Amino acid sequence: MKVALFIPCLNEHIYPSAALSMVKVLKYLKVDTVYVDDQTCCGQPAFNSGYQSEIIPLVEKFIKLFSDYDYIIAPSGSCVSMVKHHYKSINFNKSLNESYIQIRTKVYEFTDFLINVLKIDSLSARFNHKVTFHDSCHALRELGISSEPRKILKMIDGIELIELHDSDVCCGFGGTFSFKYEDVSVAMVERKCTDILNTKAEYCVGLDSSCLMNIDGYIKKNNLDVKVIHIADLLAQSLGLKK
Amino acid sequence: MSTLNLNIKKHVGEALADSNLRKAVYNATSSTTVTRQKVINTIPYWEELRNKSYKIKKEVIENLDYYLELFESRCIDNGINIHWAIDDKEAKSIILKLAKQKNVKSIVKSKSLTTEEIHLNKILIENNIETIETDLGEYIIQLKDQVPSHLIIPALHLSKQDVGNLFSEKLKIPYTDVPEELLLIARKKLREKFLSADMSITGVNFGFAENGSFCIVENEANAHLSISLPKIHVALMGIEKLLPSLNELPYFLKLLAPSATGQKSSTYVNFIGGPSIEKYGEGPDEVHIILLDNGRSKILEDPKLRETLYCIRCGACLNACPVYQQIGGHAYNWVYMGPIGITLIPQYLSELEGKDAPFLSSLCGACGEVCPVKIKLPEHILDLRNKVVEKDKSKFFEKFIIRTWAYAASKPKLYRFFGSSAKKINMIIPKAILKVPGYHKKRSFPGIDPKGFREQFRDLEE
Repeated sequence: MKVALFIPCLNEHIYPSAALSMVKVLKYLKVDTVYVDDQTCCGQPAFNSGYQSEIIPLVEKFIKLFSDYDYIIAPSGSCVSMVKHHYKSINFNKSLNESYIQIRTKVYEFTDFLINVLKIDSLSARFNHKVTFHDSCHALRELGISSEPRKILKMIDGIELIELHDSDVCCGFGGTFSFKYEDVSVAMVERKCTDILNTKAEYCVGLDSSCLMNIDGYIKKNNLDVKVIHIADLLAQSLGLKK
Repeated sequence: MSTLNLNIKKHVGEALADSNLRKAVYNATSSTTVTRQKVINTIPYWEELRNKSYKIKKEVIENLDYYLELFESRCIDNGINIHWAIDDKEAKSIILKLAKQKNVKSIVKSKSLTTEEIHLNKILIENNIETIETDLGEYIIQLKDQVPSHLIIPALHLSKQDVGNLFSEKLKIPYTDVPEELLLIARKKLREKFLSADMSITGVNFGFAENGSFCIVENEANAHLSISLPKIHVALMGIEKLLPSLNELPYFLKLLAPSATGQKSSTYVNFIGGPSIEKYGEGPDEVHIILLDNGRSKILEDPKLRETLYCIRCGACLNACPVYQQIGGHAYNWVYMGPIGITLIPQYLSELEGKDAPFLSSLCGACGEVCPVKIKLPEHILDLRNKVVEKDKSKFFEKFIIRTWAYAASKPKLYRFFGSSAKKINMIIPKAILKVPGYHKKRSFPGIDPKGFREQFRDLEE
């Protein structure tokens, strides 16, 4: 099984830990991964800001780079959905169409891969903390990922999972929306953080570093008493793969 | 074309500063969201209904010319007068001319967004024709000299105390904020108006092409009184509001009430099939339909975006939208607000006039999930962003940045060079200085990792 790592920009440059943890967890589950050296960005930030023709070279590059792998795994629902769903509306070179159709079926978000491809159903892992889970919009609505991360959390001993009120309501990040309409975005993350605090959980778990960056930014600036953690980091830590 | 500045950013700021408004909007939208879901849970074939209604709307919109002509001829057979209005000006002048011809002194109106779209009340009142809104929410808004802040719940942004104060001031009555009492006060005022009005003006929920008739869906019976008592009934109808025939209506009625108000069904559905005074001894002598284009045929030109014409104005996408939940409807400064509003604004106006609208979304997709007729709102928001970017010359700097970035990202070596330079800069310059403009006011920014994934992955491999 040839498994390629698809590393979102945010995990390359800001939060490498989540991606490294994903690699460690996969290795622990006997899945060797390959880092495709020439990968850059999938093009999502520009695409979501209205730039469709500008990202054609990035889309073509992605398809060429990743077409030889059995699976393409990312620690993000948003970037996976960009490739799986939104590349369709990009006018890339038609000769790549066959490869793209293949890629669409091979690109997976991390928890989706663990549950639906590796079909893991138990883990010898421990995490003695109260946690809550925030659903990332694109993972939830565009990929239909909702039970997968929860199943994984429930496999970990010692964890207490408290459901978050309105867990499916957007945290307010939305890429460039977070600075084009900064105040609306902040109002949304304020509401998200209020709901998180109400659970009295010690950690808010998520599967996209972008949402977690937004939530954590508000938490840190306002010294709130809760931490955020990427589900890959939580897994690596609870499996003892991380110091 | 005149350049209209909607000033959306300014209005958004004002809405966010109004904590009472935000509380009212939050409470109303969350309770509607909950009741909607409860009702939908009792309808196991909800998805089939959505798919069916999508197909019906598609059939009509793809063949709109055919259905409009059929509707016109069948209406004429039924004794309904048909008028065509290319824009708001033409529609207003038709209605005003009719009113003057018939010496109309007072008009009762039932809730109609299409009349809001053309600012009809203003011109009637300017011509000394008393024009009274009879839907309770609309009546409140009219007294307050505002516009609706929600497609279905026009006064959603006001609390019962706000309404109490308003009634006390405008109607010169002692203050009360008991909803039942406020309702009775409004009802008493409105009964007099129904009885004395010379003309009624309504919107249309659905027109039936084969039957030459139409219907108005409501909960308060004010539309029912409006169309029964005055001698003349004028209905303003957007050209997209057609169904092939009455046979298709049940699907839409089943979808509309849960989506709009979380009810299992609406209280009243009024059917109008022509003047009924001769046949039944009651009802209007004359029925007029004004078929309004006002930008709709322009929307029809785009094979993808024409899907936005499927909208049945239920307001579900507003209630589900986390952005609308924070700012309410007035922030959009346009008759249609929320997710459907931000797709219609740049289409009804121009991409440039409505350029800020499609960006007022976090692209969370909640709107697309609730739309009863399955309009792919998130996709259309993205498409409209693309259209704005292509038309907007003022985005010169943004375009330069994005193009430079996209060029670099297509050259892996160059991209890695930029990446590692950024990491070095981040190590030299203290993090506090590296604030992301437009982001950091109330959020800290984590800063760039000194090593990055690629390098650490190599270390891990070794």
